Amino acid sequence: MLTYALRRLVSLALSLAVASLVIFLVVEVAPGDPAAYMLGTGAQPDTIEALRSELGLDQPRLERYLSWAGGMLTGDFGTSYTYRAPVAQMVADRLWVSLPLALYALALSTLLAFPAGLYAAARRGRAGDVAVMGATQLGIAIPNFWFAMLLVLLFAINLGWFGAGGFPGWEQPLAAIKALTLPAVALALPQAAILARVLRSALIDILGEDFIRTARAKGLTRFEALWRHGLRNALIPVLTIVGLQFSFLLAGAIIIEQVFFLPGLGRLIFQAISQRDLIVVESVVMLLVFAVILVTFLTDLAYAWVDPRLRRRA
Amino acid sequence: MSLLSVETLTLRIGAKEVLHGVSLGLDPGEILALTGESGSGKSMTAFSVMGLLPQGAVPAGAIRLDGTDLLRLSEREMCRFRGQAMGMVFQEPMTALNPVQRIGDQVAETLRVHGTPRAEAEARAAETLARVGLDPERIPPSRYPHELSGGQRQRVGIAMAVALRPRLLIADEPTTALDVTTQARILDLLKRLVREDGMGLLLITHDLAVVHGIADRLAVMQGGRIVETGPTAGVFAEMRHPYTRQLFAASAHRAELGPRVTHGPLLEARGVVRDYPLPRPHPFAKRDSHRAVKGVDLDIRRGERVGLVGESGCGKSTLTRALLGLEPPTAGTITLGGAPVRAGAKDRHLRRRMQAVFQDPYGSFDPRHSVGRLVAEPLHLADNIPDREARVSEVLEAVGLSPDDAAKSIHAFSGGQRQRIAIARALVTRPDLVVFDEAVSALDVRVRAGILDLIARLSREEGLAYLFISHDLSVVRGICDRVMVMKAGEIVEDRVAEDLFAAPEHPYTRELLAAAPVLPEREREAS
Repeated sequence: MLTYALRRLVSLALSLAVASLVIFLVVEVAPGDPAAYMLGTGAQPDTIEALRSELGLDQPRLERYLSWAGGMLTGDFGTSYTYRAPVAQMVADRLWVSLPLALYALALSTLLAFPAGLYAAARRGRAGDVAVMGATQLGIAIPNFWFAMLLVLLFAINLGWFGAGGFPGWEQPLAAIKALTLPAVALALPQAAILARVLRSALIDILGEDFIRTARAKGLTRFEALWRHGLRNALIPVLTIVGLQFSFLLAGAIIIEQVFFLPGLGRLIFQAISQRDLIVVESVVMLLVFAVILVTFLTDLAYAWVDPRLRRRA
Repeated sequence: MSLLSVETLTLRIGAKEVLHGVSLGLDPGEILALTGESGSGKSMTAFSVMGLLPQGAVPAGAIRLDGTDLLRLSEREMCRFRGQAMGMVFQEPMTALNPVQRIGDQVAETLRVHGTPRAEAEARAAETLARVGLDPERIPPSRYPHELSGGQRQRVGIAMAVALRPRLLIADEPTTALDVTTQARILDLLKRLVREDGMGLLLITHDLAVVHGIADRLAVMQGGRIVETGPTAGVFAEMRHPYTRQLFAASAHRAELGPRVTHGPLLEARGVVRDYPLPRPHPFAKRDSHRAVKGVDLDIRRGERVGLVGESGCGKSTLTRALLGLEPPTAGTITLGGAPVRAGAKDRHLRRRMQAVFQDPYGSFDPRHSVGRLVAEPLHLADNIPDREARVSEVLEAVGLSPDDAAKSIHAFSGGQRQRIAIARALVTRPDLVVFDEAVSALDVRVRAGILDLIARLSREEGLAYLFISHDLSVVRGICDRVMVMKAGEIVEDRVAEDLFAAPEHPYTRELLAAAPVLPEREREAS
């Protein structure tokens, strides 16, 4: 198990190193002058020159890479050109919205998906299964921003249970959670629909396995066999999807953040791109890559926890 | 009163009736073997007793266990019976256990489902595992199934079934997937448990030799009916029903090989070694390797019929892959007619001269292609066959099929017919050597006898040389001039077949022969 974790850790470190190099090369070494790009078409040559030296673009490339990557490791993400503020602080502020939102949505999606998937698998081919599968089809088909607007119309405008948008900050924890609830629901629904379908089909595959029949021969009911022997075996494909969904929820919530006026990471990237603030873009992209790789690492560990056969293999 | 009595059981699955009035009885402490070919309904009879039928199956009649008609019980009541009053052991020990649960927990579950408290269930599970022969020092209950061999897993399966000391044990082909020495030990274990607990054992098996070795009584099934039943010795002595006689004759069948005619060397292997890397114990450790084949020398002459026997894990599959040029040996040389066999080399002539037939008649064909296309597939290797269609028709006829079958889809054929098609595909390039890798192991005895006759005829008429690989000694005996016995990566004995079976020299060969179940003598002479 330890060997397995160590191996995964080594592969995590390598992936990060490669990813940082690729991001650096794409942003800084690709043709065109980042300084000129950031300042736009109307910039004066001496302004560009000033920005170049401010960004350190007159330094050798290797040195620039090392100081950028080294800065990241020590928490120094550089200074945003447009906001004149340390990127680390900006990202941290946004992360305090995006990370809880992603976790919240993931928790909701899992809570919805597991009972739905289990129920559908247990009632395979019957009315309950058809109903759940129909509902998940709908859940996947409905765009989440549209669903978000429906939620706002119903719960914020008509019923007035929730605010229509904005984020009060974590100084008021209850208000903060309340503000994240509708966005989390809007994000969770399509994810839950996908997850429920994956779980159902994984369970149905498992139900055909010999060891389910063995469990039934011991006297377990159909559902007990599904619950005790099917679920854990079905977790591998489900974990894969959960891992992918988390990465998506962390960075892919731009539209939902727009609908609910949430100051999250998605909006930060969006703004940074439209303002050509390459320093912010570079750092946030690296951070997201880190998040994805970290989630993959955790998913790998979870695989080994679920399936003892993976613990000894590389 | 008998323990189990099945009374005119019929079973319908959809519109089709698969059991037509099956009746049988089983006393406590008795072993009743239910035998027959695949599709005869023997497993369906067992699943009817357990109440584990596929969806849409409707049983009728009566199945009384200690007087209770199981067919009248609700599903919930059946759950109380299963595991407690009756246990079941399944065929595939590799898949019958939950891969992500410890074996101790899986055995304890039988007890816990029926109300034993956790601590007591765990203690009794450990006892039961020891009782079925899993030494707690070597195989503690904390192991996972993948850490066990096939025979050990089957012991876990038996432990789950007998943990609550049920009155009735049903074993569905419990040793079919196991090696012959393991089979002997598992059968001994079942016999011992029956004696100790006074259980009734309903043993489902296709293997008449196994029946002969273990069963008190025997019921022969054909097409959803029991055609003959009685005490084992009596049934074997009389064999009133023609189907019983056919089964017996096919089980003891020896193909008519013809005299041994060989001309000069064909395949030569010298010092073949094959290593497989093992996972590293930690990321910076040196990578160890497992030596699956340890310096094998072997020769096959033109026209010679050679058998290779060994238990699973002995390296025979690895050796076969090296001989076929599918994987390179780590060391050693292999030549076919003097030309080196190299894995990965695009040597059309070499590939043309050596073909193979594998075990699974269902998995070895691309289901989207017609039989004609499947059979013609290796022809791109051959330059000397101008008229492909004629050649395909010719080989289809040679294996006992019709040239018209070329246009059909592979779905239209049974397992035995598919194996004939596989042989046709191997023959189409006029190879010098065909490797039969467990080619009859998945077939019913009567079908198997037909395929063995076909192979023998091809040898007689076309002088085909072959390497026949099998775990089954009795099959190899009837189809080979010379037999090699492989153990732990080495060939431990390599002799003329008659001599090897008459007077085995190596202790391992003797062990294999002693463990192999045998049919009763009298009828063997008659067949």
